[in-house]
Amino acid sequence: MSRPVVALVAIGDAGPDRASLQALTFARAIATALGVGLDAIVVGDSAVEPKPAALAGRGVTTALVVDHPTLTSDHPDGWAAAVAALVHERYEAVVGIGTERGNDLLGRVGARLGLPVAANCLTVEPGDRYRVARQRWAGSLIEDAWLDAPQKILTVAPNTVTVPAADASAAPALEHVSVSLTERDLELRVTSREAPARGSISLGDARVVVGGGRGVGSTDGFGDLEDLATLLGGAVGGSRVVTSAGWRPHADQIGQTGLRIAPEIYIACGISGAIQHIVGCKAAKHILAINTDPDAPIMGVADYAVIGDLHTVVPAISAEVRRRRGG
Amino acid sequence: MSSLPTRARVVIIGAGIVGNSMAWHLARLGWRDIVLLDKGVLPNPGGSTGHASNFIFLVDHSKEMAAFTIESARQYRELGVYSETGGIEVARTPERMDELKRRMASALAWGVEGGRLLTPAEIKEKVPFIDESVILGGFFTPGVGVVDSLQAGTLMREKAQALGALTVAASVEVTGIDVEGGAVRRVHTDSGSIETEVVVIACGVWSPRIAKMAGASIPLTPAVHQMIDIGPVEQFEHTTGDVGFPIVRDMDTNMYERQHGTGFEIGSYAHRAILMDADDIPSIAASALSPTMLPFTQEDFDPQLEDSLELFPEIVGDERAGVKLAINGLLSLTPDGNPIIGETPEVKNLWSVAAVWIKEAPGIAKTVAEWMTNGAPEIDPHGSDIARFYGHHHTAQHIAARTTEGYNKTYGIVHPMEQWASNRPIRLSPAYDRQRELQAEFFEAAGWERPFWYGANEGLLAEYGDRVMPRLAEWESRWWSPIINAEHLAMRDRAGLVDLSAFAIFDVTGPGALAALERLCVNKVDVAVGRTVYTPLLNAAGGILADLTIMRLGEEHFRVVTGGGMGMRDRKIFEDGMPADGSAQVHDVTNAYTTFGLWGPRARDILGAASDGRADISHKGFPFLSSKAVVVDGVQTLASRISYVGELGWEIYVPIEQGLRVWDALWRAGQSHGMVPVGIGTYAVTSRLEKGYRAHGAELELDFDLVEAGMARPSLKDADFVGRAAYERQRAAEPAAILCTLTVDDPTSATGVKRYMLGREPILTVDGERIVDAKGRGSYVTSAGSGPSVGRHLLMAYLPPDHAKEGTPLLVEYFGERYPVTVAVAGSTPLFDPENARIRS
Amino acid sequence: MNILVCVKRVPATGGRILLTEDGSEIDTRHLGFTISPHEECAVEEAVRIVEAQGGSSTVLTLGPPGAEEQLRDAMAVGIERSILLETDGRDWDPIATAGAITAAIADQEAANGPFDLILFGNESADSGGFQVGIRVAHSLGRPCVTGAKAIDLGDGRITARREAGDGGWESFDVPLPAVVSVKEGLNLPRYPSVPGRLRAKKKELQRSSPTWAAGGLEKIALRLPQTETTQATVVGLGADAAPAVVDLLDRLGVLGG
Repeated sequence: MSRPVVALVAIGDAGPDRASLQALTFARAIATALGVGLDAIVVGDSAVEPKPAALAGRGVTTALVVDHPTLTSDHPDGWAAAVAALVHERYEAVVGIGTERGNDLLGRVGARLGLPVAANCLTVEPGDRYRVARQRWAGSLIEDAWLDAPQKILTVAPNTVTVPAADASAAPALEHVSVSLTERDLELRVTSREAPARGSISLGDARVVVGGGRGVGSTDGFGDLEDLATLLGGAVGGSRVVTSAGWRPHADQIGQTGLRIAPEIYIACGISGAIQHIVGCKAAKHILAINTDPDAPIMGVADYAVIGDLHTVVPAISAEVRRRRGG
Repeated sequence: MSSLPTRARVVIIGAGIVGNSMAWHLARLGWRDIVLLDKGVLPNPGGSTGHASNFIFLVDHSKEMAAFTIESARQYRELGVYSETGGIEVARTPERMDELKRRMASALAWGVEGGRLLTPAEIKEKVPFIDESVILGGFFTPGVGVVDSLQAGTLMREKAQALGALTVAASVEVTGIDVEGGAVRRVHTDSGSIETEVVVIACGVWSPRIAKMAGASIPLTPAVHQMIDIGPVEQFEHTTGDVGFPIVRDMDTNMYERQHGTGFEIGSYAHRAILMDADDIPSIAASALSPTMLPFTQEDFDPQLEDSLELFPEIVGDERAGVKLAINGLLSLTPDGNPIIGETPEVKNLWSVAAVWIKEAPGIAKTVAEWMTNGAPEIDPHGSDIARFYGHHHTAQHIAARTTEGYNKTYGIVHPMEQWASNRPIRLSPAYDRQRELQAEFFEAAGWERPFWYGANEGLLAEYGDRVMPRLAEWESRWWSPIINAEHLAMRDRAGLVDLSAFAIFDVTGPGALAALERLCVNKVDVAVGRTVYTPLLNAAGGILADLTIMRLGEEHFRVVTGGGMGMRDRKIFEDGMPADGSAQVHDVTNAYTTFGLWGPRARDILGAASDGRADISHKGFPFLSSKAVVVDGVQTLASRISYVGELGWEIYVPIEQGLRVWDALWRAGQSHGMVPVGIGTYAVTSRLEKGYRAHGAELELDFDLVEAGMARPSLKDADFVGRAAYERQRAAEPAAILCTLTVDDPTSATGVKRYMLGREPILTVDGERIVDAKGRGSYVTSAGSGPSVGRHLLMAYLPPDHAKEGTPLLVEYFGERYPVTVAVAGSTPLFDPENARIRS
Repeated sequence: MNILVCVKRVPATGGRILLTEDGSEIDTRHLGFTISPHEECAVEEAVRIVEAQGGSSTVLTLGPPGAEEQLRDAMAVGIERSILLETDGRDWDPIATAGAITAAIADQEAANGPFDLILFGNESADSGGFQVGIRVAHSLGRPCVTGAKAIDLGDGRITARREAGDGGWESFDVPLPAVVSVKEGLNLPRYPSVPGRLRAKKKELQRSSPTWAAGGLEKIALRLPQTETTQATVVGLGADAAPAVVDLLDRLGVLGG
C-alpha cells in the first residue's frame, strides 16, 4: 500500500481556489493516515502553465500537469479519461471537490474505471476500505458508509473542511504527463458559452438577499421585497414553494434544488425554514427572519428576528431606510 | 417565546375553530382570565380546522345537530365570514330522491328556509358545468355557504381579547394536567405551568391524548378524509368572488364538489375508513404539510375520481386543470357519529369539546359555554354529551369498529331505526339464549341486545289480522315487523313478558341521600318506604333533563331506575348532586340486576303462579307505585308495581346471575295464560304512545318545560330543587306549546300505499304553513308509531295553544306528501284507557 | 423521438427528517413519496418533447414495489409506459443501480429499438450520488451532459445548456442517442389532470426483479448532523421593529445609500 493519494486542483492566477484547497486538505489527511505521499493533478486548461509555488505548504510531492494539445476545461470526458488513466496507473485514492463540476468529473472517472465514487464526503477513515461520512439530502442527513475498491474515488462536501494555513512544506515538483486521448474522449465539449448577464446583481453575488416564502402570498406580494432589495442594492430570492407556485422564476430559488447563497445578510420573509431551503441559505453571514411565527424552524438558524407580518414589516423597513437617507 | 400566565380561571387547549369559539363564548358570558393554548402557530396551528373544506349544509335529520349547525351559520354570518353560495344535494337514484324529500321535511321541521327540490334542468342552471343527465334531481338549500374558519377564529379571539378576558399563547405544548381531589388543578406546558380552575379540551384529533394526561377518556379516533384540489379551471377564471357556484353534494357517491376561485375541490367519504391513533399523529416538525394533512393515498381515491368525472366532465375532465393538492386530511370520528362535549365523568372541571366539525363549532361552543356557566344550555346537547358513553364505548376495538362502519354512511340514507352491525353483541341479558330460541330480533341499546320483537310470535299475525296495521311501503317496513303490533295486542289481551335489562340502576344511600334526591328531583322523594316516585329532573333554567323512577327501599336507601340510553349521563347527574360532606353515595348496580316486565290483564295470575305465594300481590296489598320483595322459584326478587305500557303488572328486579331462572319461571307460569314474549317495539313505542307517555330525547328535552309537556302536578313540594324558580315561573305563565297526541286520519299516499310516519316530521296547518310557537319553536313529530288498540297511527307533537285543541285538523309532511291529521288529545290524557283502569286493576 | 426517463422514489420530507430507531432508514411512517425534484423536470421535459415532436416516452425506476406510485405519477402527466425494476427495499449503490438500469435499457432497446434520449436527474434528492446517469451513459457508450437546465432539439442532435460556474451558461451540442441529467429549473412541471390520473392506471407497466449486487459503496447507517440551532435575537415586533432593523443593516455595513 504504497501508492500515493492525489487531489484534483484548479490553479488560477491567485493560486488554487478555495475548493481545490479543501480537496487538497482532505486528500492530505488520507495520505497522512496511510503514510503515503500526496500528489496533485492540475485540472483546467492545459495550455495554462501553473506555478508550483502556489501549492507550497500543502504537503504535495508532485503536481501533475497534463500535456495534451487540444484538451481544455471544455472537455468533461477528456479530463475524465486523463484523470482515470493517471489514477489507474499511479494512485491509491483520488479526491476532488463536491461541486457540480467536481462530482461530474469524478463520476466520469468512476464510470471509466468501474469504481465506486463517494460523493460529498465530510470525514474519512482510511484503511483497506474507507469508512466515510457523506452528505445526503444536501447535508440534512449524514450517511456512514464503507467505500471498498482497489482505488478510492471521493469528493469532499464543499465548505465543510477547514483549510489550515500553509505550512513549511516545499513547493511540489512539477511533472508534465502526457495522456493519450481518443477522438471520442474529446467529442463531448462545450460548444458555446454565454457570459453572465450584466447590470443586475446576481443572487450569488449580492451582499443583501431578501428572500420570500409561502407567507409572501403571491407574485404581487414580492413587490415589497423588491423594493427593499433595490434600496439596499441587493437581490430577491425565494423558497421552493415560491418558485413552484410560479411567483418567482426558478433561477431565484434558494435551496437544495436551487442556489446556495452566502451574502452578508439574508432577510428571510415569511419563510418557515424547511430543510430544503435552509441548506441554501445557511452560509449567509447573518440571517434576519421576519415571520409571524416566533417558533418557525427558520428561527433556529436566524441570528435576528422580527415577529410580525412581512407585509407590514418590510414596507416599514423600506420607509425607515428612505427616511434616514432623506434626513 | 410566549409568556404564560401562572394562573387562569380556565385554560382552553387547542386554538382551532372550537377553542377560539369557546374563548369567545366564555368571555361573552363573563368569564375572565381565560388562557388559550396551542402547540402550533396562529392562525393555523395545524389541526383539522386548517384543512377543512369549510362549507356548511344546514339540514340534518338530527334536531340537535341541525340546531348546532343553524346556530353556527348564524354566528359566522354575524362575524362576516360566511359566503352564502347555496348548496345542492343531488340524487342519482330514486331512493336518493326519496331521501331528499325526507331532507326537505327535516328542513321544514327545523326551520331551514327556502329549501326546495330542483329538476336536473334547474340544477344545470345553477351549476352549468354539471352533467345533469347523470342525476334525477336535487335538494337546494339557499342558506348553504362557505366560512373562512381561520378568520372566524381570529375574530373570536380578538373579541375575547377586546373584553380583556383572554390571553393567547401559541407554540405552547401541553405536557401534563394535574388532578387533585378529582378535579383539575394545573396544566403543565413546555413553557411553564398554569394553576387553573377549569380546563377545556378543544384539541380535535389530539383530544384523546390530552384527556389521557388527566386520566379521562375521549372516545374518538382520528380518521382520514380525502380531498383533492384541481385547477386552474378556465371556466372559473371570470367567477367573481371566491365562491360563485352552489356547492354540490353527490350524495350517492359520498362525495362533494365545490368551486373556489379558479379551483375545484373534490372531497370524499366513499373510501375505506382509514383510522389512526391520536398518539401516532406526527409532530408539526415531522410533517410534510401539517400534522393533520397526511400523504395522499391515490389508490383509495381513484374510484371517486371516476364518479366525479362522470358528474362534472367539463371541469374534472379538463386536461389543463391539474391536481394541485391532494391530501389525506385528518378529522375526528366517534363511535356514534356525534360530537363529544361536556364535563368528563372522570374529572371535575375538565371539559371536552371534541369531534366537532366546522359546521357546528360556534353553536356547540355557545352551548358548552352556557353549560359551563349556569348548567343551562339553550340547545339540548344530550346526544353529544360525553357522559353518554359506557365502558365498552371507550375501547379502541369499539371505536374502530363503529367509526369504520359509520364512515361511509356520512352521506348515507340512514333509517331512523338503523342498527349497527359491528362489534356486537356486547351486553347480554341472562335470558339472551332463550330469546334467541324465540327468534328475537335484537336491537342495541347502551350495548345491550334487546329483543325488539320475537319471530316466534308470528302465529299471532293470523290471530289479529289487519289490526296489526301492516306496512306495505318498504321504508317503514324496514327495521319493523307487524309482529310488534301483534305482541302489543296479545299483551293487552292476555300478558307479555318484556326484557328490560338495558335499564340503568343506581342505589343512592346514606343519611344525606333523601336531601340530595329532593334537591335533584321535581317530585317529592320523601315517600314511605316501599313507595315508588316517578319524577322529572330539571336544569337551572327549568328545561327537562331527565325523567326516571325512584323506589324508596329504606329510610336511607333509594333505587333510581332510568333508561339505558342516557344511563351514564343520568348517573353523572346524581353523582354531581351528592353532598360534598360524603353523607350520601351513588352506587351503580346496573350490572347487578336484570329487569323483566310482566304486564297484561293476566299478569297477576302469572306472578302469583310463579311466586311462592307468600307476598300479597292483590291490588290492595300491592298498590300501584309500590315495590316489595317477591320470591320467584326460590329467587329473591324486587317487584315494582308500575307500568310504561298501560297495563296491570310489575317490573321484577332480579340478581343478574339468577335472571335466567326467574325468566324461566315466569315463562312456565305464563304458558297457561297465553302470555307472549313482548319486544321493545311494543314497550317503547306502541303501548307508550297509546298511553301518551313521554320519552326522554323525544318529548322531554331541555327546550321544553313540564307545563308544556303536560307533566306539571297540581301542587309543588316544599323542598327546593334544581330549576324550581324557573318551574314556578313556567307554572304561572301560559305555555307557548302543549304536547298533543295526534291521529293520522288517512295515511293513504298519492300512489295508494299507506304510509306511516316514523317521527321528526313537520306538522303544518291545513294550509300547509309551518307552525311556530311564541318561543320560535317549530312543531314537529316528537314520536310516531302504531296504535294497534286504537286502530290509528299516532303522532306526538308540541303545538301552540291555538292549535292544541282536540279535533283541530292539521297536516304532516312525509316524503313530499302531506297527510291529514287530527289533534286527538291535548295534554297527557291517554288515548287508550283514559281512566287508567287497567293499570289500577 | 423515443425518450426514456429514469426516476427515483424518495420520501417527501417535512420540516425535520426523522430516522427509524436503528438509524438505518428515514422514518417514512407519516411521509408520502415523490419523484426526486430534478427528475420531475425530466419527466416534464420528455412529455413536452413528445407532445411537440411525436415519438414515445417511457419512465423507468429501480425501487421497491411502492415505486409503482411514482411511475403512475409520471404516466399521469403524460409518459406513455413504464418499467419497474423491483427491489426488496435494500439500498442499491450507484454502480449496482446503473448496472441494473443499463441492462434493462439493453433489453428494451433490443425489443423496441433505441432510445434517442435518456434523461436522468442530476442527482437524487435522498442519496445524492451524482453519477448514475453518467455511468449508464458510459456503459452505453453515449455522450452524457450533466446539470442541464435547457434542452434544445436539433436534427439528430440536441443542445444541452447548463450553468457555468461564473454565473454564465455553457452549452453542449451532442449527437443522439445521448444521455442528459437535468436540474430543477429546466421547466415548471405540470400537475397531473384527473383524466391523466385515470389514464395512468391503465397504462403499461413492465416489471422485472434484477438481482441485488454490491457496488463498492455500502451504507452503514444514517444520522442527523449536529445542528447548531441559534436563538434568534428578536429585534422587534411588527412595523415598530423597522428602526432597529435599519440600525442592524447599518452595523453590518449594508445600508449603503
